[in-house]
Amino acid sequence: MKSNKDIAELLDEPACEHNKKEKSGCAKPKPGASAGGCAFDGAQIALLPIADVAHIVHGPIACAGSSWDNRGTRSSGADLYRYGMTTDLTEQDIIMGRSEKRLFHAIKQAVDDYAPPAVFVYNTCVPALIGDDLNAVCKSATEKWGVPVVPIDSAGFYGTKNLGNRIAGDAMVKHVIGTRDPDPLPEFDIKIHDVNLIGEYNIAGEFWHVLPLLDELGLRVLCTLSGDARFREVQTMHKAEVNMMVCSKAMVNVARLLQKTYGTPWFEGSFYGITDTSEALRGFANAIGDDDLIARAEAIIAREEAKIRAALKPWQARLKGKRVLLFTGGVKSWSVISALQDLGMVVVATGTKKSTEEDKARIRELMGEDTVMIEDGSPKALLKIVADYKADILIAGGRNMYTALKAKIPFLDINQEREFGYEGYQGMLELVRQLALTIESPVWQLVRDPAPWKQVEVSHG
Amino acid sequence: MADVIKRNKALSVNPLKASQPIGGSLATLGFNRAMPLLHGSQGCTAFAKVFFVRHFREPIPLQSTAMDQASSVLGADENVVEGIRAIAEKSKPDLITILTTGLAETQGADVHRNVREFRAAYPEFADIAVVAVNTPDFTGSVETGYAATLTEIIRALVPDAKTAGTEVGRRPRQVNVLVSYMLTSGDLEVLQLIFEQFGLRPVFIPNLADSLDGCLTDEDFSPVTIGGTPLSELATLGDAIATVVIGASLHTAAQVLEEKTGVPTYQLNHLYGLKANDALMSALMTISGNHVPERLERQRAQLQDALLDTHFMLGQLRVTLAADGDLLAAFVDLLQETGAEVVTAVTSCNVPLLSHIPVASIKIGDLEDMEKLSVDNKVQLIIGNSHAVISAERLNVPILRAGFPLYDVIGGYAKTWIGYAGSRQTLFDLANLVINHAHEEIPIYHSRYAQKPANETVAPSCH
Repeated sequence: MKSNKDIAELLDEPACEHNKKEKSGCAKPKPGASAGGCAFDGAQIALLPIADVAHIVHGPIACAGSSWDNRGTRSSGADLYRYGMTTDLTEQDIIMGRSEKRLFHAIKQAVDDYAPPAVFVYNTCVPALIGDDLNAVCKSATEKWGVPVVPIDSAGFYGTKNLGNRIAGDAMVKHVIGTRDPDPLPEFDIKIHDVNLIGEYNIAGEFWHVLPLLDELGLRVLCTLSGDARFREVQTMHKAEVNMMVCSKAMVNVARLLQKTYGTPWFEGSFYGITDTSEALRGFANAIGDDDLIARAEAIIAREEAKIRAALKPWQARLKGKRVLLFTGGVKSWSVISALQDLGMVVVATGTKKSTEEDKARIRELMGEDTVMIEDGSPKALLKIVADYKADILIAGGRNMYTALKAKIPFLDINQEREFGYEGYQGMLELVRQLALTIESPVWQLVRDPAPWKQVEVSHG
Repeated sequence: MADVIKRNKALSVNPLKASQPIGGSLATLGFNRAMPLLHGSQGCTAFAKVFFVRHFREPIPLQSTAMDQASSVLGADENVVEGIRAIAEKSKPDLITILTTGLAETQGADVHRNVREFRAAYPEFADIAVVAVNTPDFTGSVETGYAATLTEIIRALVPDAKTAGTEVGRRPRQVNVLVSYMLTSGDLEVLQLIFEQFGLRPVFIPNLADSLDGCLTDEDFSPVTIGGTPLSELATLGDAIATVVIGASLHTAAQVLEEKTGVPTYQLNHLYGLKANDALMSALMTISGNHVPERLERQRAQLQDALLDTHFMLGQLRVTLAADGDLLAAFVDLLQETGAEVVTAVTSCNVPLLSHIPVASIKIGDLEDMEKLSVDNKVQLIIGNSHAVISAERLNVPILRAGFPLYDVIGGYAKTWIGYAGSRQTLFDLANLVINHAHEEIPIYHSRYAQKPANETVAPSCH
């Protein structure tokens, strides 16, 4: 089990603005009035997209049983990440102290049957409580079975999903990154630069809207941590010239530790919206500081922006002026705001519960000083804001989908479980299509209007 | 009859099992104005919630005692008491169930004592029913968690006939119906009609058809269930004429109910297929004193006709079943009535019913076991939950989705399986899945002497 000190160290993240004041993102949960996942949830979400690894959840059934094969993330090849693996601990294992032994043999079984390049073992509450020595089991399994076995000590009770993300990142830096050098590059006519993306999950394959542009620029993505990643890619992350932090600050510790250990600079960016996608491409070029690259980036940006703005024209007319309540979880509020503003939509309020202070500053910059920032994300509070600010649509995580639908409010899913990819210039087309699909749907009238005989009663009454 | 083969490997791959707290939550969600409270870390609740939301496509009331590092090590009594208080104060439910998780049980939680502490500390919430149930996820499955929770709710909230003065048959048309987790909201709607056709009034315990049937209400938002068995009904169970139990997993719950009320029990294992529904008809005839209504006779004849029509496709069909005990038993009976052969049966945990199911063997295991056995047994059709779809794809055989969870189809939670009519539709669905697959086509043969047109001649084979 992690000690309080270990957890405090993980919570103390110098690169996170929450550090400077009260840790609102890491607040203690209240019994009977809490929502959101646990540290294990966060760790698994962060690493499961590494597609060729055997991900073993060490614990009784509820941890893996309710969560395996439950991700929108896609792989271009390997699919071992879609296999739910768990030690499925029984009462006997726990009482008789046999869970370490079961884990040891479980690792062997995974190695024998599926020949993964590595095994990740996620610790959960029960083995943490009974004192299983995860590090020792993983170490001796590595030696005995000849495959790297990485301990991810992520018992749910350690804390929030956010903490779990950091635990996951920490484990990658400690055990995986730096254990292999990148494959040699063949000669190309342009200079190729190595980069990483941290916190890019390739939801619904959306990163494949962006990757061709990076290829064209001559940026070799050593690894996306962790969308469509492979173990051998994670191993080489230390050799990048620059890292981009993509999704919130969930794994900011990875960027910071890579800078500290290997001196790799990092910048924060997003691929949601035209403006931000262009900014991200510029971010790479400027950070690397190759003049030829900067020039080529500007050319690609100009070309792609012109193309997408023309394609969006007919949609903009339909969506312009529509009012949005944005309540995002993992995805940066400010980043989606700029995508929506690109479309001429009005963001009336936004959730900032998970946003950092810097995120909030950017939101104010985009939306003005008196923008409504929602801290209380309860269904009741959200519905009240929708009504008060006359929002046409709620954009939020899947968790809130049925809150919106039951209240007969158009809804767009923005979180990790969604089935559509919105990144990059091309992703904007999917975004507008989905926005129009729900906002313009004929169903709203049908579900809001009372039955005809009730209308008659009303008019007579 | 079945040889039950125990788990024999360290790693479970692609689990079939859903946990006991999921089952306990499901049972709770079938009561009106209810809230399940999982005693564990936040993730226990978050995962269960996602599980249900994907299956039902509905908002799901579910709360957590939110155990953290300190309370996991030092004791979480306060979390339970505070959790109940917070829910009682904020949502004013009629029923809160405290369902333990593996974490709480490993730590040594005593939730029953915690409930007493809550009662002592907060007498102002005396009118809110609070029921504690031990449902750790290191034992059992969704089926046992559901059954245990239903048992405890009955034990705690159904008054003894002696003290309450209830009398068997005072409500001569009321029949208590204990229903297993395998009955869908669509099943319960049809079952209600069947009872009513006999002139009976069923009281379903619990009633997911009234709370999780996918219904748009006038209320925009409710923190607790809307619909489900009202707790007030529990006081009337002792006045019913009979109790009908559907599902072997509810045996203990039925026993407790009968001990408390004296109302006689009719135990049925399921309502899939001709014989099972004949048994229901017999029970309802006895209870009501009425004949089988013509409408149901007609549906019976329709099922018989469907048996004839589909036996060509389903006879000798080699089927894999992956389901928990109650549902497994139901499908085995239905399939065997058509002449299909259940050659692979996989289930998630051992229950007393398994050894009575008329198949050669039942494997306690996961979907990896199911896949391997299906290959060995040359299976032609799979019946299982949405997780088994990818297995079916790998095996290149059709799948009928059934059980928990069903997340890759719309309306799976509401599908009707039971009754003569539901069984008939299931036979149609099964037959349609294999109608173009089941029989092996004879390979085309070209005679070397044939006088077919030149463009049809094939090169003579070398051997």
